[in-house]
Amino acid sequence: MNMEFFIDPNRCIGCQSCVAACSECDTHRGTSMIHLEYVDRPISVQTVPVVCMHCDSPTCAEVCPADAIKRTGDGVVQTARKPRCIACNNCVLACPFGVPKMKVEFSLMMKCDMCYDRTSVGSKPMCASVCPSGALYFGTREEIEHLRPRSQPINKFQFGEQTITTKVHMMVPRDTAVQHVDVLSAMDERTIDDVFEGIE
Amino acid sequence: MATLPKEADVLENAWGPHLNRMEGPRIDTGTEPDRIVPTHCCFCGQQCGINLKVKDNLVIGFEPRYDFPFNKGMLCPKGVKRYLQGGHPDRITTALRRDPENENGFAPMPYDDAIARVAAEIERIQSTYGPNAFGVFSGASLTTEKAYLMGKFARVCLKTKYIDYNGRLCMVSAGAANKKAFGIDRSANPWDDILNAEVVLIAGSNTAECSPITTNYVWQARENGGKVIVVDPRITPIARTADIFLPVKPGRDVALFNGILHLMIENDWLDHDFIAQHTVGFEAVAEHVEQWTPRRTAEVTGVAEKSIRAAAELWGTAKTSFLMHARGIEHHSHGVENCLSTINIVLASGRIGKPYCAYGTVVGQGNGQGGREHGQKCDQLPGWRDISNPAHREYIAGVWGVKPEELPEAGVDCYEMMRKIDAGEIKGLLSICFNPKVSLPDNAFVTRALEKLEFFTVIDFFLSETAQHADIVLPGSLHEEDEGVVAQVEGRVIKINKAVDPPGDAKQDWRVIQDIAQALGRPHGFTFENPRAIFDELRVASKGGVADYYGITYEKIEAQNGVFWPCPSEEHPGTPRLFEKGSWNPVAKGEGPFYFPDGKARFNVPAYRPPAEDVDAEYPVILTTGRVVSQFLSGTQTRRIGPLVDQYPEPRVEIHPRLAQKYGIADGDWTTVESRRGTITLRAQVVTTIRPDTVFIPYHWAGKKSANQLTIAAQDPVSKIPEYKVCAVRLRKS
Repeated sequence: MNMEFFIDPNRCIGCQSCVAACSECDTHRGTSMIHLEYVDRPISVQTVPVVCMHCDSPTCAEVCPADAIKRTGDGVVQTARKPRCIACNNCVLACPFGVPKMKVEFSLMMKCDMCYDRTSVGSKPMCASVCPSGALYFGTREEIEHLRPRSQPINKFQFGEQTITTKVHMMVPRDTAVQHVDVLSAMDERTIDDVFEGIE
Repeated sequence: MATLPKEADVLENAWGPHLNRMEGPRIDTGTEPDRIVPTHCCFCGQQCGINLKVKDNLVIGFEPRYDFPFNKGMLCPKGVKRYLQGGHPDRITTALRRDPENENGFAPMPYDDAIARVAAEIERIQSTYGPNAFGVFSGASLTTEKAYLMGKFARVCLKTKYIDYNGRLCMVSAGAANKKAFGIDRSANPWDDILNAEVVLIAGSNTAECSPITTNYVWQARENGGKVIVVDPRITPIARTADIFLPVKPGRDVALFNGILHLMIENDWLDHDFIAQHTVGFEAVAEHVEQWTPRRTAEVTGVAEKSIRAAAELWGTAKTSFLMHARGIEHHSHGVENCLSTINIVLASGRIGKPYCAYGTVVGQGNGQGGREHGQKCDQLPGWRDISNPAHREYIAGVWGVKPEELPEAGVDCYEMMRKIDAGEIKGLLSICFNPKVSLPDNAFVTRALEKLEFFTVIDFFLSETAQHADIVLPGSLHEEDEGVVAQVEGRVIKINKAVDPPGDAKQDWRVIQDIAQALGRPHGFTFENPRAIFDELRVASKGGVADYYGITYEKIEAQNGVFWPCPSEEHPGTPRLFEKGSWNPVAKGEGPFYFPDGKARFNVPAYRPPAEDVDAEYPVILTTGRVVSQFLSGTQTRRIGPLVDQYPEPRVEIHPRLAQKYGIADGDWTTVESRRGTITLRAQVVTTIRPDTVFIPYHWAGKKSANQLTIAAQDPVSKIPEYKVCAVRLRKS
């Protein structure tokens, strides 16, 4: 059975259950490898759980000078390897989704590995198991299509001229076209700097 | 003398709350558990299934319990980190006596000596002042076996009429309204009936934070095409994406629902056949709501008229629906009327007793449902029986092997008990599973009353702020150290399984109670060997009552993943959905689906009354209180769990920027909120997600951070629930 990971921030209630459960995972007990953000708390209770999107061509790995971030054969981008990671923060700065976090206490970047110890043996990731709102969901394509008829999964994201395809899917409303949030992402990247010419 | 033996900070330093974090075998990735125990969460009324990992008599973590149908592995952060209450440095492992000479304020003592002292003080107080001079406080986080035993202990062993419980702070408005309208007090439907409801109306429930698992049911209803209406003065996470959001001014819910009924009648969005065949009293209510025109409703509730009209149309024209409410409409001096006004729009729609036609109240405490059924309420006997009904008294007296005339009469609610303590009428108190010093309104009064007790004993696992006043503390048990049943939000009776043994001298609470009965020389009826024996007696005691558990057994619960009461016989599968057409109940006896002799539901006229303390020139802002997702009730457990405290370390006061600007308060500023009863200084959280005439403070903290320093002890005249959701305050930047 081909199990996949789906994120629907529209459902997120900000409870941090995912973050709490991540730190209960057997391979990294006591340390959570995911985080949750308020988008803009003064005006909204909207929150977003930030788990790794597991990019086909992971920017984090591409910018890593120590070659510490590996992608498994089945497409899971793993947390940095301790013997290699030099805690340079390149990945933290480069990831377009804001996923990796530097754990200064270990001098190590740690990020979601989709609970590789669980998913590789047919079990569900901790975060998607406990999530009480279904914002994080792990299951088959058939299940998600049956459960979420008003939503559709997408896994292609545009950041300027960079198109990123991910293993993890984001659920968006089925009857609404995908929109760009920031005008810059729809502009020709080369022309953006021109805009600011002459502006102090 | 129940004064604090030492200053509060000395007691806190010695007894906590301290923060327990993952360490030792709990953080060691190489630790394999000895066994996995399937059970449920110890916190809220959702009662999520959870598997506890146990190693050497310590719960070291959890695994999702995917096979339990209600939550299918889901948990909120409290459930995830709940196990850190075990193996805690603050745990009380011996009996304690108040000792101002001791540097910690309390000295350990042998358990048997403590029991003997408690029995001697009960004997002294009762022989000096009469049996009613000793009272009992109990709680709805206890298993149903313990709750049943507490009611029996007060009536049979102590022969006192004064017992009440902390469900008084929680479920009683809904319970009283349900009894008035339906004749039975239970959510009418299983939660699966949310999934295909066309409209889900959520009134006064911060669902996402207080009952997080219900969120998934609501979102699933939306995926299936349902619309969501939320009634709340704040945009909580469940309200953020609501199809219609009705930001009601706190205390004006009756007006809102009367206004909706007005529009249902005006537009003939009524189920006339249902009203005629299955209800009584519609005409009087229809006449009453004539005055609630959309315009007046908008004026009183502060909700836009167009939103009221849109909500009424959505609700009025739906084919299926689920209406749920919680403390937001219940914690009022007119909490019962609030609930009745919602039930009226359900009955007028005829949408009840069928799949996806549903009504339910979202219970708060773990056994908020089961804890209110079997006799720890001041006026109640097991099986939802009435202590003032001669036939009910006779039946229960027979089960208990006493004479009916020996059973005390009805007592009073827990706040009235506090007033009787203050007045010197109640001299001694035994408290379990209750932290009134934090959880009751007007903390200063509660503290003053507690200090007047001649003798106070508390059974607890941590030294709560209330237990700090005790003369003797008896070491009780955590949820995972005992077994028994609870009834969760749907009325599904489930089984709590024991994972570990209590440490040191700590004992299962029912053993402690039985030890006191023994020491008093009144062991009759208190010689149970285990919770199962208590449950078997409870089954008989509830037999033939409205809350009939006779057909429920531990084995059946396990085989069926829970049994919905009523379940009158061992062959009976239980009753997931109430009020189905043709259903039988012991009150109507086949006359109809509702629990009245004629089988019909009741419309009740809900007259609008403003809150007991409205705003004025001196105190111009409304204070409303509630919860955050990472803390639970008075925080005795959750303020001791490190990761949960990290998530929301301190209470903050939520203020709308328009209001904040008037006082020159910016986000993060220290802000003083003052009512006629008390003052609190907290950091401001300036957000547009709250009405500009209202501020919000969560109530999980004690002492100077307790929201209940400010709240008012006004109570609903019927349910006696306190008005936590509205009082008048003023603000200033500190």
